[in-house]
Amino acid sequence: MPAQHHSTERRLTAPSLLWMLGFFVGPAAFLFTAAFREPDTLGGLGSGWTLDAWKLTGDRSVQEALWRTIWVSSVTVAGCVGLAVPVAWRVTRMEDRWRRWCLILLVMPFWTNFLIRVYSWRVLLASQGTLAHFMMDLGLLPPDGTLLYNQGAVILVMIYTYLPLAVLPIYSTMEKFDMSLFEAARDLGATRWQAFVKIVLPNTSKGILAAALIVGIPSLGSYVVPEMVGGIGSEMLGSKIAHKLFSDRNLPQAAMLATLLALCALPAVMIALRNKEGTRR
Amino acid sequence: MSDASARSHRKERQWFGSMMLAVVLAFLYLPLVVLVANSFNASKYGGRWAGFTLHWYQELWRDTTTLSALGNTVKIAVSASLGATLLGTLAAWCIHRYSSRLQKLHLLVTELPLVIPDIWIGVAMQIFFVAVGWDLGLSTVIVAHVTFCLCYVTALMLGRLQDFDTAVLDASADLGATPAQTMTRVVLPLLAPGMVAAFLLSLILSIDDFVITFFVSGPGASTLPTRVYGMAKTSRTLPVINALSSILILLAFVVTFAGHRWMRPASRKTSSP
Repeated sequence: MPAQHHSTERRLTAPSLLWMLGFFVGPAAFLFTAAFREPDTLGGLGSGWTLDAWKLTGDRSVQEALWRTIWVSSVTVAGCVGLAVPVAWRVTRMEDRWRRWCLILLVMPFWTNFLIRVYSWRVLLASQGTLAHFMMDLGLLPPDGTLLYNQGAVILVMIYTYLPLAVLPIYSTMEKFDMSLFEAARDLGATRWQAFVKIVLPNTSKGILAAALIVGIPSLGSYVVPEMVGGIGSEMLGSKIAHKLFSDRNLPQAAMLATLLALCALPAVMIALRNKEGTRR
Repeated sequence: MSDASARSHRKERQWFGSMMLAVVLAFLYLPLVVLVANSFNASKYGGRWAGFTLHWYQELWRDTTTLSALGNTVKIAVSASLGATLLGTLAAWCIHRYSSRLQKLHLLVTELPLVIPDIWIGVAMQIFFVAVGWDLGLSTVIVAHVTFCLCYVTALMLGRLQDFDTAVLDASADLGATPAQTMTRVVLPLLAPGMVAAFLLSLILSIDDFVITFFVSGPGASTLPTRVYGMAKTSRTLPVINALSSILILLAFVVTFAGHRWMRPASRKTSSP
């Protein structure tokens, strides 16, 4: 009986497991090894082994891109969580009728294509655009100034892109929060702020953590936003990787940078996996 | 009871939250509104309003490259979603049913792609395809899409399986059904609504994907997102992108509304038909 059980298990597990091993684990392992190979003149991988690609870590622009990536991602997480927390709290305190509509409204922009949402900011911030004209008329912007192609634009659009994603986990934790604890604190004399910070936040920290991870990890690998609204001084790790892969056709260097990215994201990924395990129990 | 009275007692305190909510909603919708408005703007640069026109929509209709990208997007999405739903449901079933070390590995490999940046998966897959000599094109995109959609399907189906009552399987066996009959007559019908939801989710993820697709696609395999990116980068046919984007925004809104309408009555039913 147990043997039959095992063989059924193996037969059922095989298709998906083999697929993932073949098309995910395999390429992942391969990526790590590719960072140690020689590049091919045709843009593939050569047959030799070398640490040449790792010399890139000494490159000034790579180091800058790395720190900029960490900085921009941190600001994005802070911005998204900072905006999502009061919004989620407000929606939690709403009556059911309004709540549902608010949630749909908050999430709907997320269902439009990601690229289009980024592109729409390019249109909005363009120097020939309405916003720029408006600010020029007010004297806030010099006649030849531009709102676009700088780090501020990158951060703004990153926060814009990930905000709906941050609201949901925070809202879902707040919804499960026992409101009577908050009311009790208020009845005992706490101010609105004190009650919120001391009672609500600690109890919803799981959702806030989930939001931080769901925004932070993709931000680290961000490629489209810096490419479309960033300038020369706002290159992030993702754009560097794409550059190495498509323009330079240097696979080992691209692989090395990708490994660097993975190392950056690793602590966050480990926390995310452990968080997932916790929610399943 | 006390909650309702407490809420009315504190009603005046909501102004900060309401203000934040209003600001955030305005922030979220502003660029979309400007984009849609500009798609009807006769001016090429969208700075000044130069009159209402449908010209850009007409040009879009004549744009064969974009239309073929749309065709590719649909082909990829449907085939990848079918594969992902089948493999993902199977995976979720195994992980839920059997608790062995094999399944722990199984779970890990389906969870990992969900928490790592897209670009990393894209790079890994491209280098892999190049190394094994697999030409980048429609097939590589479909394979890549099946891979990441599979993970989402597994996660979704695992959630659904939490509510699955295994006693039903025992009851079926007791009543004389073979394992195969139990699978087709009992399990699959119960899982069907979840599988439909997983299929739809997979469709949306596939249609919307840019980064992974961009890295593993080749000539003749452009999808709508890669086409939009290409047009934005070359900056030649800008207003046409506005028109295309507006249509996609409208589509997304319609689908979200319809999905919400369709799901609502279903959640009130106690058992699936």
